[in-house]
Amino acid sequence: MELTNLTVREAHELLKIKKISSVELTQATLNRIRDTDSKIKSYITVTDELALQQARRADERLAKGENITPLTGVPYSLKDSLSTRSVRTTCASKILEDYVPQYNATVVDKLNDAGAVLLGKTNMDEFGMGSSCENSAFFNTHNPWNLNHVAGGSSGGAAAAVAAGMGAFSIGEDTGGSVRMPAAFCGVTGLKPTYGRVSRYGVISLASSFDCVGPLARNAYDCALVLEAIAGHDSHDSTTYQEKVPQYAANLNKSIEKMRIGIPKEYFVAGMDAGVESALQEAIRQLEKLGAEIREVSLPHTQYGLPVYYLLQVAEASSNLARFDGMRFGMSVSKNAQDSLDIYLQTRRDGFGDEVKRRIMLGAYALSAGYYDAYYLKAQKTRTLLRRDFETAFASCDILLAPTSPMPAFKLGEKINDPLAMYLSDVCTVSTNPAGVPALTVPCGFSNNLPVGMQLIGKHLDEQTLFQVAHAYQQETDWHERLPSL
Amino acid sequence: MKYEPVIGLEIHAELLTNSKMFCGCSADHASASEPNVNICPTCAGLPGALPVANKKAVELAALVGLALNCSINKRSAFARKNYYYPDLPKGYQISQFDFPIAEKGWLEVNADEKNQLKVRVRRAHIEEDTAKLTHEKNYALVDFNRSGVPLLEIVSEPDMRTVEAALDYATKIRAILRYLGVNSGDMEKGVLRFEANISVRPVDSDELRKRTEIKNLNSFRALVRASQYEIERQIKIYESGGTVEQETLGWDDARGVTISQRSKEDAHDYRYFPEPDLPPLNLSDEWIQSIREQLPELPEAKTARFMADFALTPSEARLLTSELSLANYFEEAVRHAKSSPKTVSAWIAGEFMRNLNERNAQPVAVPAESLAQIVDMVADKVIGASAGKTVLTELFERGGDPAQIVKEKGLAQISDEGFIQEIVAKILDDNPSEIEKYHAGKETLLQWFVGQAARATKGKADPVLTKELTLKGLEERRK
Repeated sequence: MELTNLTVREAHELLKIKKISSVELTQATLNRIRDTDSKIKSYITVTDELALQQARRADERLAKGENITPLTGVPYSLKDSLSTRSVRTTCASKILEDYVPQYNATVVDKLNDAGAVLLGKTNMDEFGMGSSCENSAFFNTHNPWNLNHVAGGSSGGAAAAVAAGMGAFSIGEDTGGSVRMPAAFCGVTGLKPTYGRVSRYGVISLASSFDCVGPLARNAYDCALVLEAIAGHDSHDSTTYQEKVPQYAANLNKSIEKMRIGIPKEYFVAGMDAGVESALQEAIRQLEKLGAEIREVSLPHTQYGLPVYYLLQVAEASSNLARFDGMRFGMSVSKNAQDSLDIYLQTRRDGFGDEVKRRIMLGAYALSAGYYDAYYLKAQKTRTLLRRDFETAFASCDILLAPTSPMPAFKLGEKINDPLAMYLSDVCTVSTNPAGVPALTVPCGFSNNLPVGMQLIGKHLDEQTLFQVAHAYQQETDWHERLPSL
Repeated sequence: MKYEPVIGLEIHAELLTNSKMFCGCSADHASASEPNVNICPTCAGLPGALPVANKKAVELAALVGLALNCSINKRSAFARKNYYYPDLPKGYQISQFDFPIAEKGWLEVNADEKNQLKVRVRRAHIEEDTAKLTHEKNYALVDFNRSGVPLLEIVSEPDMRTVEAALDYATKIRAILRYLGVNSGDMEKGVLRFEANISVRPVDSDELRKRTEIKNLNSFRALVRASQYEIERQIKIYESGGTVEQETLGWDDARGVTISQRSKEDAHDYRYFPEPDLPPLNLSDEWIQSIREQLPELPEAKTARFMADFALTPSEARLLTSELSLANYFEEAVRHAKSSPKTVSAWIAGEFMRNLNERNAQPVAVPAESLAQIVDMVADKVIGASAGKTVLTELFERGGDPAQIVKEKGLAQISDEGFIQEIVAKILDDNPSEIEKYHAGKETLLQWFVGQAARATKGKADPVLTKELTLKGLEERRK
């Protein structure tokens, strides 16, 4: 038994019957990180001591048999955009290189309460701006299936860590595909929940009206367990839903017979990778075999997804990132400064990377007087059309099925100098964020020995159906159980 | 050419809530023990922190809106106003822009001594206060205790044509805010700040010329002086053939001048957009109605009622209604007094107010019932007016029962005609030369004789009776 390849569910079963201890499991995972992460580079910060301390506490809980949750004693990692009290939180930016938050994100508090064991903070594109993890100010994360390829982004460290056995699950954040795309590239299961299902409090914002915190894990069942632990209303986040969190995992064994699965034709684009397309077709056949009814649907405004997303996201980001001003925390470059403006300019010049600067400028431009109506307002109106597309489609089906990405992981360096090509790699994921609907990516095959992801998109707050379909699929397939050789 | 000013006012009023606008920190920055104690990730603008709107602040804002005859928008929204300044931790202020909570109200003010003027209130919107900066020689200190305190910005239309009207508008708004209990009106603590938008134009013209905006006026005096200065400055510019530039001005109170802070070219582009961290405020008709039902009687209505019910003059009524506590005190005293409301009013306006101001005291310092007793004792001639003042002062200083004080101090009035007659006769007999002068035409001496009698009785003799008997004695002594 390889401890580092255990699923959350398996780990929980073994911990519960005391076949293994959390300290044992945590130590094995820390060893794995020590031995493997020099190749992958998924972690920015590894919290060895804290992890073992939390593991010991979890073992006490397990020994007493009190207050045990499915996550008690299970090691996991956090994207470095989630605030952790006393643990450096960088957002993969130089401007926050030495920033240590004074408070925990709500999600972190919830995971602490559940008894999960934090291994460390994972790499990402700086402030979530990127699709390959190459925009990290510190280093690139490598795809565990092929080290010359990207892990995807922005939650690339999270996906690579789960794929390479460096944590049973990970918490990522998805603004336009940042959980799903790297999960697909690295061959793991990843969820972007409904906007407002999981608290954003303490999560360093990229674009407030899109940001969704979600789990990455080895299968849909595990994602369901983690979502149960982190979802719910938060009095610190006015955009969270009041609705009670369902017991997702307990209700996964339902048949998907007669499930109406819509295939949005706009997502099967010309120029799509042949391996991706055939893997998707095979997955659709598999679901049909399980009794699902497949039908073609249209999301007619899909072509506007990218422009709408990249306009609104940069607008919100330009404002969200204003607080990084060198005044209260993080990097402050005040050398030779004559006034506060000099401090702002110098700090932001030296602290932010190129992509961040690019988006701040684009966003500020889109919001300026005289341009607001033509850009921001028009994009907001189009956002409504995108939302309606989904509402219309869901009138005739229960979920939608699409590729997570039209191609598998590209090569490191392949797109980094071409921002537009990089933006285009989000084409299959960006539309769900403006619409707020949940989406889950599930491994469904390989193309050129790189994993391919199938994306399931659901109705508002209907993560349950996504988990149900994915679980049924994963009972019949073993793509999610394949491991990269490292 | 004769010019007239065109004045509009923006009033920033802190809302008296327990907690800040978007977090749970105490909003009472004035009583904070030291800088940066009432702060949290949200009001310090830490990464990842989010705002949650303060329900009470929304209620208070709606209450003010209704008091200013505004319509309350059933759907209002927060927006971000983006700019950089060290007192603004997030790099944006959460405010309201396209959809303020209240719009299109009005307030009646005195345009001058004779005329009333309906000043239109364009809008009232909720926003958060900034931190407080203290500038030292080579650095500045930031105190975030004030960061995120709820503010209501009340914006008038440029409807005022005199500084008096602007002053009356500001004074009335302050009174209303205090009546509603939403703001202490304590200008020294900066809980109420004014901004005046001023332009001037030839009288009888209806053009709107370039205006300047004077920021951060922290007292009525500053509002009046800055406005007067700015009006004169602009008139001088036009008279010498120049043009006024649109700009933002500061007021230097010590030097008594306005100073340019920012020209139109340097004006900020605030890049307003809807605050994505906060859902819009959806207010139901029922909710708005429930707020309306909380509206107390406001100064104008109370003044009218006092005039009608208590036969007071406008100025008497306005004085009493200038403060809710004073108006309530008056009504309570009237309930206890047998004397007329007008008499009670005169006492409050005179001796009582003098004591309040001298001692910086609140009306409750002396029970209204005690004041009523004093007024009645004077009216019933149990004590004289000056003895009444002595009793009131005693109550302010040491408290106690008015009747008891009269007894202890021997202040009871003497109304025994025989006794007073004796004293008057003695004084007249002792001063034959003064009587001669009086008879020769120096009638002002009457008061001197009365005064002598009062002194002889330590002020306790009934003054009316004393005067009557003195006059009678003087006439009897005419040859």
